[in-house]
Amino acid sequence: MSGEVTPAWKHLLEVEHLEVRFFTRRGEAQAVRDVSFTIDRGETLGLVGESGSGKSVTSLAVLGLIQLPGKITGGDVRWKGRSLLGQGGERYARSIRGKELAVVFQDPMTSLNPLFPIGTQIGEVLRYHMGMSKSQARTRTLELLDLVGISNPAQRIHQYPHEFSGGMRQRMLIAMALACEPELLIADEPTTALDVTIQAQILELLAELQERLEVAVLLISHDLGVVAQVCHRIAVMYAGKIVESGPAEEVFPRPGHPYTMGLMRSTPRLDLIQARLVGIDGAPPDLVRPPAGCPFHPRCPLAVEECLEEMPPLEAHGGGREVACWRAFTEAVGAEPGAGSTRG
Amino acid sequence: MPSLKLSERSPERDRRGAEPLLIVRGLTVRFPVGRAGFWGNRRLFVHAVDDVSFEIFRGETLGLVGETGSGKTTTGRAILRRVPIAAGTITFKGNDITHVDGDNLRHLRRDMQLVFQDPYASLNPRMKVLDLVGEPLVVHGVVRRIREARDRVRELLELVGLPADAVDRYPHAFSGGQRQRIGIARALALEPDFIVCDEPVSALDVSIRAQVVNLLQNLQDRLGLTYLFIAHDLSVVRHISHRIAVMYAGKVVEIADRDEIYENPKHPYTQALLSAVPIPDPALQRTRRRQILRGEIPNPVDPPPGCRFHTRCPIAEDRCRTDPPPLEPKRPEHLAACWLT
Repeated sequence: MSGEVTPAWKHLLEVEHLEVRFFTRRGEAQAVRDVSFTIDRGETLGLVGESGSGKSVTSLAVLGLIQLPGKITGGDVRWKGRSLLGQGGERYARSIRGKELAVVFQDPMTSLNPLFPIGTQIGEVLRYHMGMSKSQARTRTLELLDLVGISNPAQRIHQYPHEFSGGMRQRMLIAMALACEPELLIADEPTTALDVTIQAQILELLAELQERLEVAVLLISHDLGVVAQVCHRIAVMYAGKIVESGPAEEVFPRPGHPYTMGLMRSTPRLDLIQARLVGIDGAPPDLVRPPAGCPFHPRCPLAVEECLEEMPPLEAHGGGREVACWRAFTEAVGAEPGAGSTRG
Repeated sequence: MPSLKLSERSPERDRRGAEPLLIVRGLTVRFPVGRAGFWGNRRLFVHAVDDVSFEIFRGETLGLVGETGSGKTTTGRAILRRVPIAAGTITFKGNDITHVDGDNLRHLRRDMQLVFQDPYASLNPRMKVLDLVGEPLVVHGVVRRIREARDRVRELLELVGLPADAVDRYPHAFSGGQRQRIGIARALALEPDFIVCDEPVSALDVSIRAQVVNLLQNLQDRLGLTYLFIAHDLSVVRHISHRIAVMYAGKVVEIADRDEIYENPKHPYTQALLSAVPIPDPALQRTRRRQILRGEIPNPVDPPPGCRFHTRCPIAEDRCRTDPPPLEPKRPEHLAACWLT
């Protein structure tokens, strides 16, 4: 953060005023609107949101994987201070993607090629990016499988993806992502397809690897519990915009945006008994025709006139917290916040 | 089944009525998956559900939790008589329904309905809401033509919080949460007493999930419904259930009142399962003791002898590897299948 180490760039990853649109038959869907955030070395940022909030599209934009009908229509993505967009940026992006910047997707069933043994698939990454020979790649593959907790790697590299369970396959993908010692790992819903006990194994593995390898993580998830367990900072997305961000320890017990509050109250918790959940009425807006003003106003219990007219900017509220709401930190009448009442 | 005692019941349960609506005893379901051996004379089975017993009282929700392959969905299907039952009995409203067929089975199905997990796959996209929700009424001869069901369908839609003018629209016009409401309206069409909800909110977003959970609870209060609520999400199950049964590899390993099982889990699997669920509060989450299980659910074709959990159990002893533990009372109203607790 201090900038004393490398004066050439301040943040590992900088996303600035990012805009992504999808050109559909119904019109332009504004999937990501004016999204900005940074990630520093060794830090974990959690991007939280429901379906269609733009969290996955944001990560795809960072990776340069937005394809038509989608297009990045504005803003910038910088890796170590250099843009990944535009003409020169694309070549730069290709040189770091899979190497300094790696990714693990949600579905371990479809991310591996069923026709090749897993050893070949991990080895390919090493030979392509690191220019290793076949035997070097083999040695390194064995090390990596051992690192992600797969027993008997010497035999297992000859097996095909279908011979592994979901949790094992997710470990393979993490091994593959870590093959070139990346500086940032983007994990898009890495445990969503897994059972709870397997999810716990994978989250533990991620935390352990992060400590050992000092890799930064961008975790994308809809599960507030997963994010609370793993992330230092969180950013909450709604209808393509970041509506709240800050340190996880501050945001979870005291959310500032009514949407974040609503999410907390909608989530049943293992450690509390709630007579009734307080859901959020209505449904997320149509991104082709997002509402004027704050995108959350049609569902917001606190909305006032101002919210219908003008989009509130993401404003600093001290302690590294930012909230985009005209009535930030206002409690809805008669509703307890999701957390806070839990201690004891 | 001497291990199951119904005598000690909480006062709350007594108010619900002493006679269980549904009694399951020794339920076993196997699926043939092929043959083995030189002559192919050894038949292989997936032991999906093995000797499962429990009961559900009128007006209550029994939560059935377990991971992939634990047999929770198959248990629900077997109760609805949708899969062949290898052994055991199912008693519904005092009648043995294990082997009913023909008209009796059809009649029975009016009383027991199913709400599916995936609101996108479970509704025929070519059918209007009127046909989707009204179809059971026609099939069971309540009305002769779908046109006559119109008023009833509008009523049902209002009951589940959809606008009455939805009758003439197709499923694609609705969001996931609304589609799940359509599925619930369809299940309610024949005024059943008992509904099996198979992961009804797993495919929905958090804010929508809360709406549907609330709807299910309100309907239970208003109509006196009894639910078997099958889910893998322990937080949701805790929220909606009165009692909870935990399944592992085809067996019920623990069953107790909701708060009892969460505050006082007896089976090591339940303990590990509960500790694995992350809580959305970083400070609290950091102080929790997390118990991480090694390994995975055993192969259901060839389940391990003894306790099926012994391959992953942190406290397993020799006896666990050879003798299957019975499901027996550990505390009042609290059964668990473990030698060591």
